[in-house]
Amino acid sequence: MIRIVFVALAVLLSGLAAAEVADVYNFEDRAQEQRYQNLISELRCPKCQNQNIADSNAPISKDMRDVVYRMMKDGASNEEIVDSLVGRFGEFVRYKPEFESRTFLLWATPAIAVFGGLLVVAGVVIRSRRAGPDAPALSEEEKARVDKMLAAQKRDRPS
Amino acid sequence: MKRFLLFLPLLVAVVIGIVLFAGIGKDPTKLESALIGKPVPEFSLRDLHNPDAMLDQGLFRGQVNLLNVWGTWCPACRDEHDDLMWLAMEKGVPIIGLNYKDNREDALVWLDRLGDPYRKTIYDPKGTLGFDLGVYGAPETFVIDAGGVVRYRHVGVVNENVWEQTLLPVINEVREDG
Repeated sequence: MIRIVFVALAVLLSGLAAAEVADVYNFEDRAQEQRYQNLISELRCPKCQNQNIADSNAPISKDMRDVVYRMMKDGASNEEIVDSLVGRFGEFVRYKPEFESRTFLLWATPAIAVFGGLLVVAGVVIRSRRAGPDAPALSEEEKARVDKMLAAQKRDRPS
Repeated sequence: MKRFLLFLPLLVAVVIGIVLFAGIGKDPTKLESALIGKPVPEFSLRDLHNPDAMLDQGLFRGQVNLLNVWGTWCPACRDEHDDLMWLAMEKGVPIIGLNYKDNREDALVWLDRLGDPYRKTIYDPKGTLGFDLGVYGAPETFVIDAGGVVRYRHVGVVNENVWEQTLLPVINEVREDG
């Protein structure tokens, strides 16, 4: 049994190890290579919906990696590289969309949700503060209703 | 106020429902081209039939053209070929072919055997023009206006349905614009 689990784990993990596509590119130093890796992991493959071009084996991803590498060699900035790909394939290829009027809600939703939650919490706290710790749990009207109900119950089931 | 709060979950459910409903039937694999409203990228590539002749973006000037991206390696391109023949022969639609990441011999055999619906075919073995056009999966068909500006892109096969419901209305609109 343990052996089966071990083999299954090994198979699963080998998949992880092979997920990164290995291209043969030469970089001047580690920083350049790191920059390249960051860029290709932030660019999305247009063919495969939800995979970055670092992971994707699609021919179009290979072309895009080639262009990223070539532009880097030519001294282009990260922004220029991403813009040139967005100009061809559209905003879809960005995993981090620009902050603009169209993407405002996308970026603002977490903040709006947190702010809304804080408002609710604040509302609850303020209301209980205002009532004070010694406030009666029931209002006069509610007390009268409870008394009436209890009296009715006593009448129905005399002990 | 209390009453209104009771209806809040219903309101949220309805809004989420509308948003999700709007997404039904949308094909997320079809992306709008980033080149719409922009001129066809500059290129200088050889003619498939005549390796000595160079073609460039001037090819698209003068009339509304379809630009069809295809390759012999692409099964869906085989699928739409008869419909392209029908468009070119019966409807007289000018189509320019972009032979994408293919090799010349195979492409010529293909056109010889199945018929050639293209006014001209651009030979793009490395896919450079395809890349500049943002082609991510053949077949793709672009509508290019008489000024050489990209007006529409269809991803996937062209058939009678797509022609009548999608491409023809776009072409008519483009022609009206002059």
